[in-house]
Amino acid sequence: MRKTTRAALLCVAAALSLTACAAGKGGGSNSGAAAAPGKDDKITLTVWSNYSDREYEEVTKALNSFKKKYPNIEIKHEGAQDDDKITAGIRSGNPPDVAMSFTTDNIGSFCSTGAFQELKPYIDRDKPPMDQINEAVRSYTEYKGNRCAMPMLTDIYGLYFNTDMLSAAGLTKPPSTISELLDYAKKTTKKAADGSIEVAGFLPTMMFYNNRPQIWAPFFGAEWDKDGKSALASSPGWTEMFKFQKDLVDFYGYDALERFRAGLGQEYSADHAFHQGKIAMMMDGEYRTAFLKAQAPNIKFGTAPFPVLDSKKSELQGVGFTTGTIMGIPKGAKNPGAAWELIKHMTFDKETIVSLANGIKNVPSTKESLSDPNLQVDEQFKTFIDLAKSGKLKGNPVTPIGDAHIKAVGDYATEWQSGKSTDLAAGLKGVDQQIDDQIAKAGK
Amino acid sequence: MTATLERVDVRRTAPAKGRSRARARNRFTVLAFMAPAIIGFVLFFGYPLIATVIFSFTKYDLINPPEFIGLGNYTFMWGDKLFWTSIENTLWFVVVVTIARTVFALGVASVIARLKSGVGLIRTLCYLPSLAPPVAATLVFFMVLRPNGGPLNKVLDFFGVDSPLWFSDPSWAKPGVTAIMMWVCGDLMIIMLAAILDVPQEQYEAAELDGAGPIRRWWHITLPTISPVLLFGIVNSIILALQLFTQAIVAGSAATGSADPTGSTKNLGYPQNSLLTFPTFLYQTGFRYFDMGYAAAMATVLFVISFAVTIVLVNKMRKSSHAEEGGPGA
Repeated sequence: MRKTTRAALLCVAAALSLTACAAGKGGGSNSGAAAAPGKDDKITLTVWSNYSDREYEEVTKALNSFKKKYPNIEIKHEGAQDDDKITAGIRSGNPPDVAMSFTTDNIGSFCSTGAFQELKPYIDRDKPPMDQINEAVRSYTEYKGNRCAMPMLTDIYGLYFNTDMLSAAGLTKPPSTISELLDYAKKTTKKAADGSIEVAGFLPTMMFYNNRPQIWAPFFGAEWDKDGKSALASSPGWTEMFKFQKDLVDFYGYDALERFRAGLGQEYSADHAFHQGKIAMMMDGEYRTAFLKAQAPNIKFGTAPFPVLDSKKSELQGVGFTTGTIMGIPKGAKNPGAAWELIKHMTFDKETIVSLANGIKNVPSTKESLSDPNLQVDEQFKTFIDLAKSGKLKGNPVTPIGDAHIKAVGDYATEWQSGKSTDLAAGLKGVDQQIDDQIAKAGK
Repeated sequence: MTATLERVDVRRTAPAKGRSRARARNRFTVLAFMAPAIIGFVLFFGYPLIATVIFSFTKYDLINPPEFIGLGNYTFMWGDKLFWTSIENTLWFVVVVTIARTVFALGVASVIARLKSGVGLIRTLCYLPSLAPPVAATLVFFMVLRPNGGPLNKVLDFFGVDSPLWFSDPSWAKPGVTAIMMWVCGDLMIIMLAAILDVPQEQYEAAELDGAGPIRRWWHITLPTISPVLLFGIVNSIILALQLFTQAIVAGSAATGSADPTGSTKNLGYPQNSLLTFPTFLYQTGFRYFDMGYAAAMATVLFVISFAVTIVLVNKMRKSSHAEEGGPGA
């Protein structure tokens, strides 16, 4: 018995020491700015991104433009690398030199844990023109003053409308307020004799396509937090947003709406509901213009800023939601000095930004490139360029809990729209509590 | 003829000096033969298990060294709504998937065992789905069960039956995933088929002479004879249900119109967290929210539950095998 106890204790002790070793691992620290590479240093920079196919080719081309400045640096671009793989790379001590993340959801975690190195020493040393970057874009690339990432182009969201469908309903211009959107949605909806939906004017189903709380919130003036606490219940914008959503769900009938929605195609396929003429209006990013032209050339569409809450029209007009790809130097990166030079190039080099923006149809992330004559701007894309220039962009709410706060709101929204939850005020308070508890637990 | 093995008592036969040497050599030989298994067990089971328990008492973000927080993760778990939802969902799957999968596999195996011709082809056809990758199988099911234009619902509509919304409806999403799990149960079906074919024919003949019909023969002969295999099938299905992950993520993600078949955190559990299984929530917490300490606490709880279930089932298995051998439990 004594022997067994001793053996068990020995095992636990061994595991403890191994655990401590493993947990402490994770590559080098980031004290100060690493020196820029010399002109004769032979370096291969590894870049991880989640791009694929055509977009991967365009981004690789943009990355290789760095070789004009540093012919001695080779770029090894590896696509299909999501945040999980980046984290695993950092954890195992084999991260890339530059990591690109598709989502800004994890920026709070990346910055607060040190997974992405602090860029302040580099910025202080090189003084790049930070004021070239839009304030909202700057805010979604840092957490509590710790800048650990830089933007690579941005996505801006607005209203897409099928011009033929609006015309057929006698509507000559896109809606500019939420009440107009509700009215337009009803007018452009077509129902069959049995009550099933043939065409939905506007799909109000939360968590479907780009109907996401963080994307809708700015247009209702909904605030995420106040004095460091989640403020959904006390911000009237959220209540207005949920009421609008429920009004439209009730107009369609939840079952009919779900039956219609469940038959719609996937977001980036040619079967997308807007491409198929099954919805008249929707919320989407600027990149959709390219998809529509490639996959549904017969659909006549227009774009406009997304309608805003009637009672806050003057305050909110011209507002837009923005998010985008972020770049950082992971903890333990082997060539941090060269990695910073590449990130700087991708963030501030006007020619590269404009060429890449034209290639993948994203909005440039610096002010000067927004006005560059080489930027290809057609009538539909112009809406998003104008929104970018408006100075009223809102970014993703940044927290240390990833996108748990967005999921909490989304979960509640799906309960609300189904009629499972009927007490909106109590529901929002519950969501506030859930978010606060999680942030308190993260303690960062 | 019987062969008996006698343990040679070294203490009586060997001289005092050589006794300890022989014993040491004996131990070394045993250990040398067991070494690969022991090393593998310690490295891939013992260490991760103990490390998980240790991490469960820490705040650990995967990047920085863990920070001891005592029972913090466990107390948070108590009030975490999503944790309890995931437990509830997983228990649902444990009960329903286990029953559905075992009964379905047994049913198919029993039918195939009675077939006179085309056995090879039908057996192969029934086994093939289990080879399909889980992501592909789920996406195929998603397309087949699609409420608006899916083949199954077209058939239901033809007969005037209101088709369910499957993966878009929280009350149908779990049955939808259960259907996938039943479809891919070919491996279990093959094992059960082998067990059924292994039942001695004489027993059936004797029962037939006694006037037992096919149902009585199946109930009183087939079922008791294959009970160890049946129990294996139940244990196997419970483990499978406790680990349900890919199908839940892919089905939920596809139902939101997401282009990412591997799922995004925003869609995990969709619709209305009805597909938020315990492993899904654990993965999300550990690898997407960087809260490995909490995920480790959840894994510890899952381990304790699985361990308890396994002990109960193993005891039951032992009792049933005792009963079969006419032991005390008979």
